[in-house]
Amino acid sequence: MKINLTINGKKYSPDVEPRLLLIHYLRDVAGLTGAHIGCETSLCGACTIEVNGKSVKSCSMFAVQADGADVLTIEGLAQDGKLHAMQEAFWNQHGLQCGFCTPGMIMACKAILDHNPNPSDDEIRHGIEGNLCRCTGYQHIVNSVKAAAAAGAGK
Amino acid sequence: MATTIIQTEKLVGKRIRRREDPRLITGTATYVDDIQMPGMHHAAIVRSPHAAAKIRSINIKAAAEAPGVVAVFTGKDTEKVGPVPCGASLPGLRVPHHYILAIDRVYLVGHPVAVVVATDRYLARDAADLVEVEWEVLPAVADPEKAIAPGAPPVHPQWPDNVAFVYHQEGGDVDKAFAEAEVVVKQRITSQRLIPSAMETRGVLAEWRGADRQMTLYTSTQIPHLVRTLVSGMLGLEENRMRVIAPEVGGGFGSKLNVYSEEALMGFVSMKIGKPVKWIESRRENFLCTIHGRGHVDYFEVAAKKDGTILGIKLKLIQDQGAYHQLLGPAIPTLSVLMMPGLYRTKNVRAEIVGVFTNCTPTDAYRGAGRPEATHGIERMVDILADELKMDPAEIRLKNFVHNEEFPFPTATGLTYDSGDYAAPLQKAMGIVDYKKLLAEQAEARKQGKLMGIGICTYGEICGFGPSPATPAGGWECGTVRVEPSGKVTVLTGSCHHGQGEETTFAQIAADELGVDIDDILVLRGDTAIVPYGIGTFGSRATAIGGTALYFALQDLKVKIKKFGAVLLGSPDVSFANGQVTCNKMGKSVSFKEVAAASYRAMKLPPNTEPGLVSTHFWEPPNFTFGFGAHIAVTEIDPETGQITVRRYLAVDDCGNIINPLLVDGQVHGGVAQGMGQALWEQGVYDDNGQLITGEYTDYAMPRAHMMPWIQSEHTITPSPVNPLGVKGVGEAGTIGASPSLVNSVVDALSHLGVRHIDMPMTPEKIWKLVAGGKN
Ligand code: FES
Ligand code: FES
Repeated sequence: MKINLTINGKKYSPDVEPRLLLIHYLRDVAGLTGAHIGCETSLCGACTIEVNGKSVKSCSMFAVQADGADVLTIEGLAQDGKLHAMQEAFWNQHGLQCGFCTPGMIMACKAILDHNPNPSDDEIRHGIEGNLCRCTGYQHIVNSVKAAAAAGAGK
Repeated sequence: MATTIIQTEKLVGKRIRRREDPRLITGTATYVDDIQMPGMHHAAIVRSPHAAAKIRSINIKAAAEAPGVVAVFTGKDTEKVGPVPCGASLPGLRVPHHYILAIDRVYLVGHPVAVVVATDRYLARDAADLVEVEWEVLPAVADPEKAIAPGAPPVHPQWPDNVAFVYHQEGGDVDKAFAEAEVVVKQRITSQRLIPSAMETRGVLAEWRGADRQMTLYTSTQIPHLVRTLVSGMLGLEENRMRVIAPEVGGGFGSKLNVYSEEALMGFVSMKIGKPVKWIESRRENFLCTIHGRGHVDYFEVAAKKDGTILGIKLKLIQDQGAYHQLLGPAIPTLSVLMMPGLYRTKNVRAEIVGVFTNCTPTDAYRGAGRPEATHGIERMVDILADELKMDPAEIRLKNFVHNEEFPFPTATGLTYDSGDYAAPLQKAMGIVDYKKLLAEQAEARKQGKLMGIGICTYGEICGFGPSPATPAGGWECGTVRVEPSGKVTVLTGSCHHGQGEETTFAQIAADELGVDIDDILVLRGDTAIVPYGIGTFGSRATAIGGTALYFALQDLKVKIKKFGAVLLGSPDVSFANGQVTCNKMGKSVSFKEVAAASYRAMKLPPNTEPGLVSTHFWEPPNFTFGFGAHIAVTEIDPETGQITVRRYLAVDDCGNIINPLLVDGQVHGGVAQGMGQALWEQGVYDDNGQLITGEYTDYAMPRAHMMPWIQSEHTITPSPVNPLGVKGVGEAGTIGASPSLVNSVVDALSHLGVRHIDMPMTPEKIWKLVAGGKN
């Protein structure tokens, strides 16, 4: 099936099998390996991206469902070589260790601030409850979101 | 020549952000599954749905003819490969032959029986479903105590009693201690099966180039060099013809401190089809086929005097080994025995381990590996003893700690504790939480019918694995420093970090020693073609052993730098500091960069000195290091629901000197989360047929952000005399301290209802029943 979509501002018109998951399209076909696969069953959030401005677990969607969509992945977050405030905050606050959950986690955290520029700790924790991290115990991730909020990332 | 001396600020001890992060936060790091190669094929593995069964027949015809399939292999094809190695050696250990694909019998759910290779990931999985296996299902056993009871089905028919090994260790005079005891407390304590669940599952990509007779194996591992040595042996390939690369590794926690059948299997397939082949473990496979941790049933007995002095400890430890031994499995419970006296002075201990085969996933090293189990046991027992004697849990601990003047302290289990001030973290923690005030608050809460608990754990931990004679594979580490002609510095380390941050901490150490800008330093690891050799990252050893190897390599290098500097300055009377070789008499100096260039240009060599500036050091540690600490957990329980709220969590850890406090905080938080996971939520559950019921994230309750309380991390600092950096290790401390402090806290909350012990995980249902039962 032929589909048209925009990923990180660039147009793609691939021919894809109807059953191809969006995450596999991004990673194996489009060569964007930033979003990861931690479960393939929508339980870990490692594959989190944005589709038409909404946070989505890309393992729970077919590529054909993204026909006509505007997709943002972790690779498209930095602009003109400048890190997004959420990326900068994760770096400064040590919001990652092995980094495997990180692309999905950063995208999920960005989505929190897009809706709520000044979330409470509790709102942050519930906002990322769909994203598993085995390394950090989440505390530095919460700090990262707070630091990004303080830097005005949600404005 | 420059004459000014540049003062560089020391970086060791600084809270600096990590140098590995830019690639990780931009999604440009390369994990195994991110690698694509021309002609790369994909493998899917057919696995047993039964915990015990004979294979009557395997029909691969339909799979072999499926679209995109290039090959299907079964156990008959791979019979000569392997076996999967067990590196642990204990007297009388029974080691089942562990084929990489089952031959005629399977021993656990997930046991691999065939591999399907196709041009595409989806086609490989499609075809795997077409492999037909005719099974003769056999009875299985999934519980270690049931497995050693008479009449249990044998996991391996050649050993009908299901005993993998029996191990005995004894120190002092235990019988005398128990005969003289004024009080003896006993308790059965379990440490349930846990599933390590690194967020990146395992993955292997093998690339065989037949004409060169060379194999490159990309694998998500903590131990690339050991994988090379062992997997090349399994394949019958010369070791120097195999290169193992651990690219970015998405967490390990011990689960990737192993050699797995799939690593050899992908090597085998690639050699057969002459193309690269990739296998990525599914999450379901990760639950079933990557090692589990813990799996203890412990029977503890503690003998004491009425004043709380501990006289002796007895332990019978039943270890669920699972169906096979993976790399270190049988050695893990022996670490529990080593640690069983905890921080206490008693010299009389006796332990017996019975390692038991079950039709379950093998258990092996999972964060803490034997030490959380030991600490959980002794710290629960000390609380039970305190309760029996109506003593304060803090007071009884302070009474029994090894005294400061007793270090180095020889323990009853043959260890030598390096250094410590065991009371210090406990007293600091009690001060921070205002222990007296908390006790008063608890008394008040009880009057109002509220359930509030205060739990203390004081732990000691064998870190920095370790002196080679005490480890299965050599316990040293290797560090190389290569100064390039331009003066840039490349550090190669045998430590194979996978999230711990050594690209930063090792660069801090090198920057300080050489007086160069940290941006001039690059730390490389995880590639057997680049690093001379290495043991790997596990057992809280990277900084203590790998960091020390680097430190000594830097010292050797500094000697050489001075020699070249002396030639350049024309004076033997020089010193090296802050990146300058200086002759004070002449008031002249040359920069590190100038020395580097001169050493390679080699116009004039110092006497008996080779050109170039490269130094390698293999450091063998004379002892383990012993971190310690005190954790306090304050909990509240809702009597209506049994729900536990962790109101406060404080960790005071002593990991010796600290290289980077930001990273140490991260290690503590992550460690506590895993210990808290065990205490409150996580449990690997099998049914009686050996089916893993908690085989997905829907059923295995790993901590999520909203479940975790705030963790306060503090320190005392007692440098280790074992290494010149004075470091001990911190990777596992949080995990070790967390489960006992939480269980002690909840038991404390319920103690007035007659509750003396609770096995983990402390689910609301379990707690609610205790509260309801207590009221009756
Ligand atoms: S891979 Fe999509 S949620 Fe886990
Ligand atoms: S940083 Fe490793 S899983 Fe989150």
